[in-house]
Amino acid sequence: MLIYAHSIWSEAMKSLRRNRIRTVLTILSLVVGIAAFICVVGVGKAGSAKVEEQLQKLGDNMIWVEAGSRATNGVRFGTRETKSLTVDDARAIFAEIPGLKRMSPNVDGRVQVVNGTQNWNTTYRGVAPDYFDIRRFEIQTGTIFTRDDVDRDVPVCILGQTVVQNLFPDEDPVGKSIRVQAMPCRVIGVFQPKGASASGWDQDDFIAMPYTTAMKRIGGTSWLDDIFFSATSRTAIPIATSQAVGLLRERHHLHPDEPDDFNIRSPEDVIRAQLQASELFTLLLGITASLALLVGGIGIMNIMLVSVTERTREIGIRLAIGATEADIQLQFLSEAVAMSLLGGFLGVIAGIGTSALFQNILQWEIKLTPQLLLFSGLFAAGIGIFFGYYPSRKASELNPIEALRYE
Amino acid sequence: MAISNPTIVRSAAKSSSTAPLIEVHGVRKTYQLGETEVHALRGVSVSIAAGDFVAIMGASGSGKSTFMNILGCLDKPTAGQYLLEGIDVSGLTKKDLARIRNQKIGFVFQSFNLLGRTTALENTELPMLYSRVSKKERESRAREALALVGLADRAEHFPAQLSGGQQQRVAIARALANQPSLLLADEPTGNLDSRTAVEIMDIFQRLNAKGLTIVLVTHEPDIAQFAKREIVFRDGHIKRDDVLPSPQVASDVLKTLPTIED
Repeated sequence: MLIYAHSIWSEAMKSLRRNRIRTVLTILSLVVGIAAFICVVGVGKAGSAKVEEQLQKLGDNMIWVEAGSRATNGVRFGTRETKSLTVDDARAIFAEIPGLKRMSPNVDGRVQVVNGTQNWNTTYRGVAPDYFDIRRFEIQTGTIFTRDDVDRDVPVCILGQTVVQNLFPDEDPVGKSIRVQAMPCRVIGVFQPKGASASGWDQDDFIAMPYTTAMKRIGGTSWLDDIFFSATSRTAIPIATSQAVGLLRERHHLHPDEPDDFNIRSPEDVIRAQLQASELFTLLLGITASLALLVGGIGIMNIMLVSVTERTREIGIRLAIGATEADIQLQFLSEAVAMSLLGGFLGVIAGIGTSALFQNILQWEIKLTPQLLLFSGLFAAGIGIFFGYYPSRKASELNPIEALRYE
Repeated sequence: MAISNPTIVRSAAKSSSTAPLIEVHGVRKTYQLGETEVHALRGVSVSIAAGDFVAIMGASGSGKSTFMNILGCLDKPTAGQYLLEGIDVSGLTKKDLARIRNQKIGFVFQSFNLLGRTTALENTELPMLYSRVSKKERESRAREALALVGLADRAEHFPAQLSGGQQQRVAIARALANQPSLLLADEPTGNLDSRTAVEIMDIFQRLNAKGLTIVLVTHEPDIAQFAKREIVFRDGHIKRDDVLPSPQVASDVLKTLPTIED
């Protein structure tokens, strides 16, 4: 059996070698198809990964309540122009609504920070310790402040990388004291860099401190700009959101015909929609690339059919000297499979090459999984079997007498 | 042209019992050509003993090609019986017929029918490929067969690099590769000059002398002269079936012909 399989296979190889140009052209169409397929799926996946990464950085099942627009006597206030969102609101929501695991009342604003002769205009965020978990901020050096620090409105702060670069170009800021507006403030930690956000602003250009400190010593305000919550799971987000809306309206004594004086949303949903769009896009591109593969397969079939006609006499000779229909069919099928395997293999290599090129141009990390490469290779072989079957069947069914007479 | 190594030709005594190699009883072949029926063979009965050398003659349309195709198991009779080595071939499947063509019959054609861009050696190996002989044995047997037809030194040549006579000799070597009991030659000298034609007949006579049964289709009377028996077809019937009392000896004829090639 082994002898037989080997013989038929080597006959197929000889025959491919005898028609070198035809073979190369056929393989080429598959190489292009497979390479395009790998590239497109690779780039698409990289795009999805990029969005997913943003989703990760954004937060942990975050619900975002923002002091919001309200029309009072015909004057419409923009976001954060209302003063009705309070720490008590935050506590009430967190205490009464199930499905929430973390909470951070926040205030923010622009502020001048000074270290000796260096000064820098940045954003301050007054937050609770949960904030760092909700937004997934990691500490690079130092530590974060505690609930106790919040209760006692201690003047401590954690610096973003951009602020560190501007205030402490050459030294470790942890333990040093800076001036935030008029308030002296001890630096207790430095954040890991987060990079630019999806919309392009610098997520490292800010300082964080207890919200009590910020409210009492910097802003002098009694209301919040926003509150962050973490839901226990993604599925808990919609229910918790609608309950929070009800509770806040009640607490703010809004009439049913009055609009909300806050905004509540879960930004992850937006990104998830983006992710879905990106995945759909990948799918569509994949389908397009599959069409390229299909065309390659039809190319194989086309060439094989021409080849069967062209080699009618050869088939007649083989049949006359004792080849069975199965022998003939197997040989032609082997030729198709060999071409598609080789095309698949070269296509995978070309795909890796072009993906690397795209990676350089787009600066995206394109990950080609072994599964994708394996799938592409097998897909190519499948194409060979599928599109080689009919021509090889046709070859095997030739009448030897007529085939021998064929000019 | 030395014919060496006789082992490749299966001897008549070994391959068959007392029964004739070929027995054909009332074979008919009818083709349907559109509305009309064409009766290519209208009841042919003949018996050919192992070791015989038969020339089949007849005008085109006489049915001799159809008869050849049936003898070669390329075609099945519409009616009648064909026994090859006592096996009734008419009832066999396509696969079994392929097996018989492979094992028991060697074909030689007018137009040589070698695979192009394939060496003489590989062409000769081809029948053994389909009988699942190992590559090593295929090669040694093919070289043996090529030596038998005097082409040992041309094994690596391609058909395009060989003369017509040499190509036909490769075809004969290929036909002998699986040690068949019957060699069928369809106008084997039709594309060759007269001297080369006699050379081919010389090979046939030597092979026949070693016991190989040969059936040769030709329309050239002087080629038929080299056979031991002459069957003439006409209108789908056997018109004449004569044993030739004193066939020409090809090697003697060659001495009288001027040398052209080599």
